[in-house]
Amino acid sequence: MKSVITCEINGEPRDALADGRDTLLELLRDRLGLTGTKEGCGNGNCGACTVLMNGEPVCACLVLAGEAHGAKITTIEGIARGNTLHPVQSALIAHGGTQCGFCTPGIVLSAVALLDRNPHPSPHEIRHAIAGNLCRCTGYDKIVEAIAAVAHGTNIDVKPAP
Amino acid sequence: MQELAYERPTTIAKAVALMARDGARALAGGSDLIPQLREGRRSASVIVDLKHIPALNDFRREPDGTWRIGAALSVAKLGAHAEFAREHAALLASARMIGSLQIQARATLAGNLCNAAPSADAVPLLIALEAIVEIISADGVLSRAGVESIATGPGQTSLVPGDLVTTVLLPPPEPRSAACYLRFTPRREMDIAIAGSGVVLRLDDKGVIANAKIFLASVAPKPMRASTAQSLLIGQKPSAALFTAAGAAAAAECRPISDTRGSADYRRELVAVLTRRALADCARQLGVMLP
Repeated sequence: MKSVITCEINGEPRDALADGRDTLLELLRDRLGLTGTKEGCGNGNCGACTVLMNGEPVCACLVLAGEAHGAKITTIEGIARGNTLHPVQSALIAHGGTQCGFCTPGIVLSAVALLDRNPHPSPHEIRHAIAGNLCRCTGYDKIVEAIAAVAHGTNIDVKPAP
Repeated sequence: MQELAYERPTTIAKAVALMARDGARALAGGSDLIPQLREGRRSASVIVDLKHIPALNDFRREPDGTWRIGAALSVAKLGAHAEFAREHAALLASARMIGSLQIQARATLAGNLCNAAPSADAVPLLIALEAIVEIISADGVLSRAGVESIATGPGQTSLVPGDLVTTVLLPPPEPRSAACYLRFTPRREMDIAIAGSGVVLRLDDKGVIANAKIFLASVAPKPMRASTAQSLLIGQKPSAALFTAAGAAAAAECRPISDTRGSADYRRELVAVLTRRALADCARQLGVMLP
C-alpha cells in the first residue's frame, strides 16, 4: 500500500510515494536519490544511516517512511553550505578522521547533533555521542580529535581514560 | 515481509479501534519492532503509531507522587526531566544503557517492556520499583497490571491481541531506599547484557534491611526475581559478607542458558558479582559503611 509522504528534507519540502514497509532510509536513498546516507547493518547497530529527525539523531533504518510524514529531516547532503564544508567535515579531513568513508556521513550527523546541544563537549562526551556509529577503519581517535578541535578551536588530548 | 498499513491515530480511542484490527501492532519507538518485522521475526499488517497521541506522550507527576510516563515517550525525553532524573537516577541510568543515542531518541520504557527481551535493561528496576502499566483492551476496558506480569518468555507477553499499553506508572521511591542496576557487556556501549542485576534495597530506622528486591536480566526466559537472595537479606544488617552470600544465592537460583554471548556458568559468575556490587552501591547511596 503506497502513500504520499510529505516532509522537509534539508530545509526543502519534499513529497515522495512510499510503500507502507519502506523505512526512512529507503525513502531517502531509493525514492529521493539521497544516497549520502548509507545502509550498513539495517538493524540499528552501526549508525551508518544516522540522520537528524526534528533535530535528534536517529537511525533511518529504524524509522518507517510513514513516521517521517510531517517531520524535518537533515541528511549529510544538507550539512555543507554550498561549496563550504561544515566545520565538522573540514576537521575530519584535516585530522584524517575518515578512511573508507562509509561511516562518515553518520559520524558527521551525530557530531553536528552533539555540538548543537553541547558546543564544548569533553572527549568522553564526544565518544559517548558517537558510540552508536561504528567505524572499522580509523580506531576512532582521529574522529574524536576532529570533533574536539571543532568544539574547542584547538587540538586537545582526547585519549580515553585507561 | 507482508504488506503493511501505517496508521497514525491522534487519540487513544482511535488507537484502540485500530488495535482491534487483525494483524495490528502498536509502534512506539520501533527500534525493536521495525527490524523484527523486516527480518520476519514478528509479523503485522497494521502498524499503529502511538507517537502522535498527546496522552501517550505524558510525562508528569500524579498528586500522590507517582510518575505517569506515556507509552510513546522516548528514553531521551525521560532524561530531560531534572526532577525525574534525581528521583529515579538508577532507572534512568538503566534506560540509558539501551543502544545508542540514536536508539534512545526513539526507544521507550513501554517498548522495552513489551518487546520482552530477557536482556531488557530497563525492566529489572521497573519491576523492582513496582511500576504498573495501564492497558486498554480492544473493547475499551482499562486495566492495570504489575510490570512483572507482562513478559512471559523471550519476545512473549501476557498481552492479548488488541491490548494497548498506554502508560507506565512509577511510584516515588520509598524513604531510606536505593536502587542500582548493573550489567556486564564486552563492549562499554552498544551491546546486549550477558547478565544484569537490578536491586532495590530499603532500610528501617535501625539500619536493618526492611525490604530487598532483586531482578536479574539475561539469565532466564524473562526478567527473573532472585527470591532466595531477597529472603537472605531481609531482616539483616548490611555487610560485605551478607552481600556476597546474596550474590551467591542469586547465582545459584538463576536459570541461564549458554549461547554465543556467554556460557551458563559464566553468567552465573556474573550474577554473583553484579548482585553483590549492586547491593554495595545501594548501601553506599544510603550512607552505610559496610562491616
